[in-house]
Amino acid sequence: MKSTITCAIVAILTLPISLSASLGRDATSVQEDVAKMQGALRTSSGDSYTLHEIQTPTGVAVKEYASPVGKVFAVTWKGPFHPDLRQLLGPYYDEYVQAVRTQRTQRSGRGPILIQHPGLVIQVSGHLRSFAGRVYVPQQLPASMRVEDIR
Amino acid sequence: MKPLQLHEFFSLLLAGILAATVGCGGSGSSTSNSGGSTAPVNNVQTITVNTGPTAAPPLNSPAINEAFTSVTVCVPGSTTNCQTISGILVDTGSPGLRILSSALTISLPQQTGAGGNPVVECLPFIDGFTWGPVQTADMTIAGEQAKNLPIQIIGSATFTNIPTSCSSNGAEEDDLASLGANGILGVGTFAQDCGDACTLTGSNNPGLYYTCTSSGCQVTTESVANQVANPVAFFTTDNNGVLIELPAVTGAETSITGSLIFGICTQSNNALGSATVYTIDPSTGNFTTRFNNTTFTDASFLDSGSNAIYFLDATTIGIPTCTGFTFWYCPTSTQTLSAANQGANGASGTLNFTVGNADTLTGNLTIGVADGLAGPNSGAFDWGLPFFFGRHVFTAIENQNTPGGLGPYWAY
Repeated sequence: MKSTITCAIVAILTLPISLSASLGRDATSVQEDVAKMQGALRTSSGDSYTLHEIQTPTGVAVKEYASPVGKVFAVTWKGPFHPDLRQLLGPYYDEYVQAVRTQRTQRSGRGPILIQHPGLVIQVSGHLRSFAGRVYVPQQLPASMRVEDIR
Repeated sequence: MKPLQLHEFFSLLLAGILAATVGCGGSGSSTSNSGGSTAPVNNVQTITVNTGPTAAPPLNSPAINEAFTSVTVCVPGSTTNCQTISGILVDTGSPGLRILSSALTISLPQQTGAGGNPVVECLPFIDGFTWGPVQTADMTIAGEQAKNLPIQIIGSATFTNIPTSCSSNGAEEDDLASLGANGILGVGTFAQDCGDACTLTGSNNPGLYYTCTSSGCQVTTESVANQVANPVAFFTTDNNGVLIELPAVTGAETSITGSLIFGICTQSNNALGSATVYTIDPSTGNFTTRFNNTTFTDASFLDSGSNAIYFLDATTIGIPTCTGFTFWYCPTSTQTLSAANQGANGASGTLNFTVGNADTLTGNLTIGVADGLAGPNSGAFDWGLPFFFGRHVFTAIENQNTPGGLGPYWAY
């Protein structure tokens, strides 16, 4: 048990450091997210994607879906707080923030976030202590995968 | 679905009987006022649902289905160094009082933490965060007072360097345009905004509270007692929850008024009566809603701070979203739908709600109230303000005693 943990820590520490993060990037960036969130990683492989599940110490469950060629095409989170979304959404983070601002200027109101851009879908719901989010790049979903499978 | 076991059947039955018989102030039940022999205080605050403080120029951005009220904040111990602020959103979906710095003209004492440095909070909302210092006020609303209440001042000019760990929560909501109100009065089921998690050290701390120096801000531990708190829990009486009463609405209206009544079963005007108590998951603040073939287990909530009923998606319910407002539904004619809510205590009840055409309902910019406003939602069932129309909705605070049982719960 102890040796497993040591190996995991060594693996995290020896990974190359890159400046950008996960969504839309190579699956190796998952390890950067694990390091940033100081979480525990579990990886499982299906026919059309590899699922990386990160459990953070603050109780947030993060999932990253990577295609067979190793590119992250979807992320979800569920928990009492948000994970580090700048890290998780990487190059898509600024588009997310801008889209939220635009939605909020239309008939001012508060509610869940639903953003449907041609190249980015963002859904965030819940409230403090119980947030849930789902973000994916539609064009990068494996052909055999349905949107409902991202959960 | 697995068959119901006998003991499960009896516990459900018992829960149903309990739910049906709790009450206070009615015949056969005794009322215990937490204030003892003290005279009842005025516990009724008027709330208004209208286009709100963003409607006027220069923003010209009218709100829809947001309940506003006013609060008075004073420098602790003072009765003269006070300010009454209107346009405060009444939110059962969050705890704590937050006021825009731009709306505050008095100077309140700053809370300090490690090293005597000021404590500044980053509060995550669905789509972003509010950032600003934690200060202390005596808050008065109706005849109730919360003394030495930690509150958040949003968008203070003193703390403009937002740490990356905070700004990674999404969009900043630190001015009137982005917050949509002069402040938020959080009177939800939680007693504090963070709770035990923020008392933890290292990576277990979710990073809501910071101490700041001229060289930057660091995440700090924050005791539960120092956290931004639900003001109702700070009252000396009527402190176990709130009751929101709004009139029934048909279609769209410019404005309605209702009441935010403090306390549950503490005075003659806040009896549970025939309301059913739905207890909620104390860690998530959710209960369960069943709609057609979809069950939102521990993923449904009542939230006066959401401006519509947000659930499922256009394909599943067979109602299109609007062309412009893609976050609302636009059926060709108003639909009446049915759903069932279930508490953690097993209490359950079916209710009808309407989904109207949001383009029609909100087209006139003087409209501030719309029954039937609804939109899609991924992963949760959000019973926003239209749920409250024509109902008496009780929100009981966690760990507070009421004749309907221990909070947290909702009752209606």
